[in-house]
Amino acid sequence: MSAVSARRRDTLLFAAPPRICAWAAVGGKKEGEGPLGPAFDELVPDASFAAEGCASWEDAESRLQQRCIRRCLRKAGVTARQVELAFAGDLQAQCTASSYTMRALGVPFAGVYGACSTMAESLCLAAAFAAAGYSERTLAAASSHFCAAERQFRTPLNYGGKRTPTAQWTATAAGACLLRPAGGGGAVEIPSVTFGRVQDYEIRDINNMGAAMMPAAASTLLACFAALHAAPQDFDAVITGDLGAVGSELLCIQMRKEGYALENHLDCGCLLYDRDEQPVKAGGSGAGCSAAVLCAHILPQLAAGRWRRVLFVATGALMSQATFLQGQTIPGIAHAVELAAPAGEGKA
Amino acid sequence: MNFLWAFLVGGALCAAGQLLIDLTPLTPARILTGYVVAGVVLSAVGLYGPLADFAGAGASVPLLGFGHLLAQGVQKAVAEQGLPGIFTGGLTAAAGGITASLVFGILAALIGRSKDQN
Amino acid sequence: MKLDPQSYAKMVRRAAPPSALGQNLARAFVIGGGICLLGEALRTLYARHFAPDMAGTLTSVTLIALSAAATVPGWYQKLAVRAGAGTLVPITGFANSVVSAAIEFKAEGWVSGVGAHIFQIAGPVLAYGTLASWVWGLLYWALGRTG
Repeated sequence: MSAVSARRRDTLLFAAPPRICAWAAVGGKKEGEGPLGPAFDELVPDASFAAEGCASWEDAESRLQQRCIRRCLRKAGVTARQVELAFAGDLQAQCTASSYTMRALGVPFAGVYGACSTMAESLCLAAAFAAAGYSERTLAAASSHFCAAERQFRTPLNYGGKRTPTAQWTATAAGACLLRPAGGGGAVEIPSVTFGRVQDYEIRDINNMGAAMMPAAASTLLACFAALHAAPQDFDAVITGDLGAVGSELLCIQMRKEGYALENHLDCGCLLYDRDEQPVKAGGSGAGCSAAVLCAHILPQLAAGRWRRVLFVATGALMSQATFLQGQTIPGIAHAVELAAPAGEGKA
Repeated sequence: MNFLWAFLVGGALCAAGQLLIDLTPLTPARILTGYVVAGVVLSAVGLYGPLADFAGAGASVPLLGFGHLLAQGVQKAVAEQGLPGIFTGGLTAAAGGITASLVFGILAALIGRSKDQN
Repeated sequence: MKLDPQSYAKMVRRAAPPSALGQNLARAFVIGGGICLLGEALRTLYARHFAPDMAGTLTSVTLIALSAAATVPGWYQKLAVRAGAGTLVPITGFANSVVSAAIEFKAEGWVSGVGAHIFQIAGPVLAYGTLASWVWGLLYWALGRTG
């Protein structure tokens, strides 16, 4: 096998695809009540962690992420000391949920911020480092916490505000994956990753993130299909992160204009919650949403052989409160990770 | 009858706010600020006084009534003390509501904690 | 990509799910009206013992206390999910914004947290309400001098 990885446009094609050897998803109460509830590795009934003496939502998110990573490492049979590099991120200002998690774990850490696209961004970076042979055991993780996000981006939690129908619900969830280079074992491989370019089609409505992020998803999908010489039907599923119901509809319209019928499209924001039963409006969002859906649903489907090849495209809205209040438009980004069940393995 | 009008006028003023939320891009913060300033203006041009007499709490409880209170207060202070009254009248009239909100807010912070919206 | 901001804005408007305007209006009307009705009952009660101005103030103070009591266990927030402007526009909504901010920022301490953020939402209302009353006071004074 040739060990030289290639780059085609924005896509890195790994000659010896790295593998995800273990993963874990941890969620809160609402996530547990959603359709993926039973698939989570752990559900936290009280996401305030008050019983542990946790006094802030920021700290609570860090505990959530830490639990998730520890679980992932346990499943891999790896100790924190053996981890050679960790990419992790969250939505908090200065990414503190991840930093405080890594303070506890003591592993080499590179913090990433990609808003709700963070899991894909971490995974892209981790896969590249693993494929290049720089790291034997690489961690990729992301989290979000409804309460920490709400108080930072919107209003106090006890404040009475009504959500607009296009608004999305920030997931209280975390996901973590441990990557090994090819030959290190693992049920899912990453043949390619694509780093997205920032797209801004002048959406200003902070309650319509799906619309703000859709162009980024479409642009990354087009880049992927071109680089991989593939079409949507070459995948068992094309899974976007957190476009929600509104953004998903817009994406299918746009991709049709570009000449692709997205019939096997799924969205993490729509998979995590039951929008008919749970008051989440357009669906889930937050860095933890796509991270948890990846680890609770997508990777297990691949490992079980029910899917052979999927494209995981997590999207992020890259504004801050300052730029939003200053009247700037909302830029979006999307990173894509190609996931595959290794040929000749799996049960299908 | 007073009770009926209080309900109807108060409800109508709230429904008007809902129209602004649903049909315009105005944020709730802007709507509330607009309501208070509108209350001052309506009171100044002499429209809100009669409504308050007619609908009672239906006119005074919505935030427009807070503006009306500010306007009436400053008017009274100017009438009694002349020009310096413009600096004291508004907040003097509104002092009860503001102080109550602050005191109960801090008391609530003592006993309460931020809650997850599950 | 076959997309430009102008056509995208149209596309987004078409894709936006309609808000349930009729239902929202009905709920805002009934719940907002209900809070005003409660206010009128309190005002009538207080007017038996106090001058009208004081009765009005006591009505506000009582509604604010009730709003604070409902904010602490999270009930006001739950009601507001349905009521929309019905809980936003009355003085109880103003109180809820002050009380919820005080509770939320307790984690950052009593001075830099609670003290500094307590008017985070209600601040603009006070700032521009006070400014408007000052302007009206000046006008009223000038009108009195000339008229």
